[in-house]
Amino acid sequence: MKIIVTVKQVPDTSGKVAVNPDGTLNRASMQTIINPDDLNAVEAALSLKDELGCKVVAFTMGPAPAEGMLRELMAMGVDEGVLVSAREFGGSDTYATSQILAAAIDTYGIEEEDIILAGRQAIDGDTAQVGPQIAEKLHLPQITYAGKITKEGKKITVNRMLEDGYMVVEAETPCMITCIKELNEPRYLSVFGAYEAWSKPLTVMDYNALKDHELIDATTIGLKGSPTNILTSFTPPQKGAGQMLKGNGKETTDELAAILAKKHYI
Amino acid sequence: MAFNNTVIEDFKNVWVFCEQRQGVMMPTTFELISEGRKLANELGVELCGILLGDDVDGIAKEIGGYGADKVYVYNSPLLKNYTTDAYTKVICEAVEEFKPEILLFGASNIGRDLAPRCAGRLHTGLCADCTHLDIDMPNYKGFLAEASTLAPDKIEKLGTVMVAGEKKDVSRDLKMTRPAFGGHLMASIICPRFRPAMATVRPGVMKKNEYCADCAAKIEVLHPEFKLEASDVKTNVVAIEKAAKKLVDLIGADVVVSVGRGISKDVEKGIALAEELAEVLGGVVGSSRACVDAGWITADHQVGQTGKTVHPRIYIALGISGAIQHKAGMQESELIIAVNKNESAPIFEVADYGITGDLFKVVPELIESFKAAKAAK
Repeated sequence: MKIIVTVKQVPDTSGKVAVNPDGTLNRASMQTIINPDDLNAVEAALSLKDELGCKVVAFTMGPAPAEGMLRELMAMGVDEGVLVSAREFGGSDTYATSQILAAAIDTYGIEEEDIILAGRQAIDGDTAQVGPQIAEKLHLPQITYAGKITKEGKKITVNRMLEDGYMVVEAETPCMITCIKELNEPRYLSVFGAYEAWSKPLTVMDYNALKDHELIDATTIGLKGSPTNILTSFTPPQKGAGQMLKGNGKETTDELAAILAKKHYI
Repeated sequence: MAFNNTVIEDFKNVWVFCEQRQGVMMPTTFELISEGRKLANELGVELCGILLGDDVDGIAKEIGGYGADKVYVYNSPLLKNYTTDAYTKVICEAVEEFKPEILLFGASNIGRDLAPRCAGRLHTGLCADCTHLDIDMPNYKGFLAEASTLAPDKIEKLGTVMVAGEKKDVSRDLKMTRPAFGGHLMASIICPRFRPAMATVRPGVMKKNEYCADCAAKIEVLHPEFKLEASDVKTNVVAIEKAAKKLVDLIGADVVVSVGRGISKDVEKGIALAEELAEVLGGVVGSSRACVDAGWITADHQVGQTGKTVHPRIYIALGISGAIQHKAGMQESELIIAVNKNESAPIFEVADYGITGDLFKVVPELIESFKAAKAAK
């Protein structure tokens, strides 16, 4: 039994973001981080490892520097990393990305009792599509928005969060589960772990490693294989600045109440 | 004949997935039907709902009241509770049979589970969490002129895109606009080579039409044949638990009073003040992500990119700095009032009225002033 976790290195959109004059994002100016929901998936994998003693393998697709992220995850306790990286994979939308990651995971091998974990969504695109689409391409059952996961042999039980409560859903391994931040509190990397990380195995799967897989061909990967195209991207205009009221005492709040009453808001 | 979804002209009509839970239609369904009507009119085609459940004929006609021409109903005990496998199978086979050109889902926790799985199976494009949809180019250009900082000549030139090395006219394609990078950028996505073009749409963003009882009575209800076996469903729903406390209805609220990190000095009092102010105005309490992450308030209160999008008549931001992710969820509110200690807080950039000051001092005064103003009416 093993646990596969898919992770993504993303620009930190919580900080200041620079936009190029042509409306695209200035990625060079931004810090990269491990996608927050993916850390919850990694923590879920490591908790199951603590409990069941299984191997945890992290998969990521991205440029070569994503190796640094895989080493960080190894310092947290991940046993092995797979970096899926090739020029041919660039420009992939969620469909094409799922196709490639599914091929990579299938090439590595999925066994009877395996679980694949993913973060619910990545903060750069916020799509939440890659997890379910990997599951579809691998013909595996999926359970998204996991708020609690338990495993007994081949049986997985998950509390799947809804807006107004949750469902308790059972599935058999192998299966795909996507994780939300309420699931757990990700652990920190340990000093010993950081030392150990560099001796753990890291494999790079490039185009040649995957090109013979049935899911991979020119019509399903990269920019050309992506069903969606960007028509245009833009920044919204700044709303005209409003009125800063003078002072902050009772006269000011009375003034505001009077304005709202006059405009029939109250 | 095998299903070939690259023959664009074979596909016709706009479809909306009608999400029901426990036999009750989700409100987002009506928003989608209303928006779908607009798209169907622009294309000159029919608007159809697809409704899955167990014995749900009783709610099928409701969508007619918001503009649907037809509803395809699939009843089965296996469709009573949502499962990815059963719903994906039925929807994908219906798409292969009836070939809609557009398929919309609400971006709920269920829609966002189902839509990607369907798009994966159908080999088509899906755009997540859309906040704006267009067909007609002039309408789309008008939208860009209002909602973007693009230069007018650049907007004017739009009309074709390079797809796989060929210039393609996109005047009949669905333009799906959504925030990206936490709301720092907006992107319009198209799906030019495959059908149906699929989108999930943010709840609360699209305007609901007036309900028309006559139209509801006239909708055509269809029950196509379908195959579904227990063995098609690989997951088992053991229980459905409702949240213990009543959840806040942010999306439907007229007034939202939200709290941010500024309440950290005295969290309990800060929330109590927001509740009191909300009560005076007949509103509900929202929050920034920071308060949810800190565990001060439950996630159903969260406004913003990863929370809910709201556009109430009055939005009051208390001690919220105004990160772009928060603004993405509230800047379309009709009137925005911000109270913040820091006079350069970004929230003031979107506020109609701003007060610089400590919320613990300002809010009690606001409550008094609003009470007095209401009493004077």
